[in-house]
Amino acid sequence: MKDLDLSVLVSVFLEMMGPLFWLLLLLGIAGIVGFVAVFLREGKLDSRRLIRSELVGLAGGVAALVLMASVTVSGFTDAGGPVDWLLIGIIWGIGLAGTTILAYAVQGLLAGKRPTA
Amino acid sequence: MSGDHPSTRPPNGLSRRGLLKFGAAGAAVGALPLVAPPPAAAAQAPVVKTSARIVIAGAGAAGLATAARLAERLSGAEITIIDARKEHYYQPGFTLVAGGLKPQSYVTSATADYLPRGVTWVEERVAEFDPDGNSVTTEGGRKIPYDFLVVAAGLQLDYDAIAGMDTSRIGQDGLGSVYHSPAGAAATWQAMSKFADTGGRGLFLRPNTEMKCAGAPLKYTFITDDYLRRRGNRGKAELIYAANNKGLFSVPIVAEKVRMLYRERDVKVQYEHVMTAIDLGRKVATFTTPNGPTEIPYDFVNVIPPMRAPQAVRNSPLGWTEGPFAADGWMEVEKPTLRHKRYPNVFGVGDVAGVPKGKTAASVKWQVPVAVDHLVATIAGTTATSVYDGYTSCPLITRLGRAMLVEFDYDNNLTPSFPGVIAPLEELWVTWVMKTMALKPTYVSMLRGRA
Repeated sequence: MKDLDLSVLVSVFLEMMGPLFWLLLLLGIAGIVGFVAVFLREGKLDSRRLIRSELVGLAGGVAALVLMASVTVSGFTDAGGPVDWLLIGIIWGIGLAGTTILAYAVQGLLAGKRPTA
Repeated sequence: MSGDHPSTRPPNGLSRRGLLKFGAAGAAVGALPLVAPPPAAAAQAPVVKTSARIVIAGAGAAGLATAARLAERLSGAEITIIDARKEHYYQPGFTLVAGGLKPQSYVTSATADYLPRGVTWVEERVAEFDPDGNSVTTEGGRKIPYDFLVVAAGLQLDYDAIAGMDTSRIGQDGLGSVYHSPAGAAATWQAMSKFADTGGRGLFLRPNTEMKCAGAPLKYTFITDDYLRRRGNRGKAELIYAANNKGLFSVPIVAEKVRMLYRERDVKVQYEHVMTAIDLGRKVATFTTPNGPTEIPYDFVNVIPPMRAPQAVRNSPLGWTEGPFAADGWMEVEKPTLRHKRYPNVFGVGDVAGVPKGKTAASVKWQVPVAVDHLVATIAGTTATSVYDGYTSCPLITRLGRAMLVEFDYDNNLTPSFPGVIAPLEELWVTWVMKTMALKPTYVSMLRGRA
């Protein structure tokens, strides 16, 4: 894999999204770090919070698709074969997972600040 | 040459399927056919010490990519690149500019941005090649001797061969010409967009010579068709594609697919029509046909001129002396190695090479590592085994939002990078994303010798 130039992949994403790419990358990293911090502190997953996060995540998946459609100057009606649907699924999945993790982390951190009932 | 088999490909450090697995992790999957790794030899071969003088004629895609790779693999070599043009054109983007999808600035950058360290740039044009005397002479009269010569001088758009053509009028009176220049492509978009608003007769064609990316005239027809549909004017328009011979594309299976798509989109095809003249005032194009000359009036036309080797190459002993490439002066090189057949210290890469098909950035990407391999091996006194099988690719846009990734070799074999995943003759969104988003970064990487 050392032959695969990571900078090319980065430039492809920059070509697509511009500076927004860095923002999304930062949000992704922050979400994961926050999620891990909350999980370590609480020692368990809070299932009610997780379900709320997944609901937010559903919207996040849709947002990822809208973003992709807008930066590629196309719509998903342009999908023409199985690989397109697979890719659309992957994009939706990334949006869903990223948003879910971020939402869980934010809720966990906010809950941590409030005095426990 | 044998047909398509992975082992006949330029040596990969990593299989393309391997790359796909990596790419499945994200949306960048589309970028991967174009980020195939450099030949393993280039990545691992020890640097060769030499004091050889190497001249590269031309600083376009092939010249710059060659310079980057030679600079990486040689130490002490005196590498000189000769080109008068200061701007670098990203030519695969011209159709996107002419399709209103990218701004003119998208395809223009500076040659200086890609020059590798240690390479001397002579900002002149080569006026004369003297392969018997091992030297080139520039327009300014400077004689530059060499031990090895790589000709990457591109080609010449011969607009003068079309009687009545005036390139200063591109963009006016329905005259388009995507290939002319970045400004020409932008002006063509203005003319085509106006046509898409009004309808009428749109005329598309290709020259009866070898040409850069033979898919470009086809895709521009598809793009125009889609704009007419989106603006509700398709019913008011007639689209005609004038093919120079009996097919729409040199690869029969692709020609058949395009024929079917044109039938579906109601693009009328006139075979064996070669444009010879144009009357810009009357808006009439003249073609030779087997039944004599014929005139076709138009409201919009995309003129593509005959293409030939640059004059300095045509006037030199470097061209083919017989066969289909002789008339236009394409360089007489060995198909598998790009080495000159009569002058073993001379190589020809990119558009100027007299080999079948190709003349695309994808051809350059696969040709350059092979030519460099053989040149470096000659310097080192070893033998290179890498082979160029004619691989090239054409992301053929079939409507806004979809394209077909057509990949093939010298022998008209389809050579899909992702068989069973990205089907070669399937109109796909992922291929569109690749063409419009991923191609340019990978192209730039190629210029820098990294892909």
